[in-house]
Formats: sequence, structure tokens, C-alpha cells
Amino acid sequence: MTPISLTHILILSTSLFFIGAYGFLTRRNLITLLMAVELMLNSVNINFVAFNKYLYPQNIDGIFFTVFVTTIAAAEAAVAIAIIINLYRSHNSIDVEDAGEMKY
Amino acid sequence: MNAQEIIFYLIAAYILGTGIMAVSTHKIFRASIWLLFSLVGIAALYFWMDLEFIAAIQIVVYVGGIVVLIIFSIFLTQKAGDEMPAPLKSRTLPAAFASLFALAFTINLLLHHNFGSASEMVFDSSVERMGLAMLNTGDGGFVLPFEAVSMLLLAAMIGCIVIAMKVKKEEAQ
Repeated sequence: MTPISLTHILILSTSLFFIGAYGFLTRRNLITLLMAVELMLNSVNINFVAFNKYLYPQNIDGIFFTVFVTTIAAAEAAVAIAIIINLYRSHNSIDVEDAGEMKY
Repeated sequence: MNAQEIIFYLIAAYILGTGIMAVSTHKIFRASIWLLFSLVGIAALYFWMDLEFIAAIQIVVYVGGIVVLIIFSIFLTQKAGDEMPAPLKSRTLPAAFASLFALAFTINLLLHHNFGSASEMVFDSSVERMGLAMLNTGDGGFVLPFEAVSMLLLAAMIGCIVIAMKVKKEEAQ
């Protein structure tokens, strides 16, 4: 066995990203779609941190990217859930198939 | 195989297993709890990489914030015990095929790419250094994205209230 290198962590984050992608493609409920997107964002965070730690240990740019991605993910989740609740009020369902029409 | 490697493989298996459960279970409340476990596993991975501050952020924001928000919205919009209808075979098979193919392709690229060796410097991710860089207006400072993100958070907060606000019947006409 080789010691844990950058490649191991990148394989882990790639797997997590495509698990999220699979969930995004198969789910039809808006909240579960949001969960799949969170998994994908987390795998990107792991990538940023791993590249920062293993290739450029003199900088901390990757850590800052992770912090900002986390912040934006929180804002995105809050807005998405507001939209989901609004959609539930008008359609009584949060299935993407039931929200097919556009207003304008 | 030393203890560090064993712990890494355990964390990796935990993250991927709970992640797969989060995207494949048919009960939406269970899906959110599996997502919570997966996010805790990612925090453990950050601890494994000696990044205590990022791990703390991960637990506070994701586990304590986003997952709780998701659980609240599940209770507002769903009957939590109900099973979601199983996705159609005609949808899962192409999705699984596409994901597996893309995963195999990317891992193949990763295994054949030489990332070069890291410089020998010690990785200093202390909170003190991060805080100084966060408010540094000079070279390598992050004060502009810091302020931009604070504006974004304010905008998101107001936006959530406006979107989720109930419009009264007479006002809507």
C-alpha cells in the first residue's frame, strides 16, 4: 500500500461528486435535489483543501475558497428553501414534474 | 498500513456509504439524516487533514445550519413518513451509467496525472493567519471577497423573507 497521497483524496472527492450527480439526475423531489447539490459542493470543498494542503502548503487560498463556498452554499440553500416553500403554497407539491408551466 | 491510512480508509468508506444512502433511500427524512452523517464524515476528513477550523465551519454551517433548514422544510412540505415514488428504471439506469462512466474516466485521468511534489514548507492554517489575511487590504488579502460575501448574505436574507412572505388576497389583486 502506498501512503495516502493527493490522488487518494481526489478519488474520494470525485466519487462523492458523482454520487451527488447521480442523485441529481434521478431524484424528482426538490428537497432531495438540493441535498444532492450539497454533496457535490462538499466534494469541491474537499478538492480545494486537498490541493492547498498537498501542493501549495505556503498559501492558504484554497482554505479561503472553501470558506467562501460554504458561505455561498448556506445562502443558496436558504433561498432555495424559500422558493420551495413558495412553490408548495401555489402547487401543493414540490415534485419538479408538477411545476412545468411558466407564468410569462 | 499504519493507523493514519486505516483511519483515512474508514472515513472514506463512511462518507461514500452514507452519501450513496442519501441519494438512494426512498424516505425523504431518512435521506436528510444520511446526508447529515455524510457531512459529519467530511468534517472528520478535515480533522484528519489537520484543518480544525474548516472542520468546525463544516459542522456549524452544514450540520447545524443547512441540514436543520432542510429538515424544517421537509416538515413544512411533506409527510415525513411517506415513501417517495421509486424513480423510473428508464431514468436510474442512464443516470447510473453516465455517473459511473464519468467517474471511471476522471479516476483514470487522476491516476495517470503526475501532480508533482509539494514544497517542503509546513502547512500553516492557524486561525490567526486566516484572520489576518481575511482583513488584509494589501497583496494576498481577502478583504474584497469578504465584504462581497457579507453583502451576498444580507441580500440572501432579505430575498428569503420576500420570497417566502405570504401575500394577502386583496393585495395580490
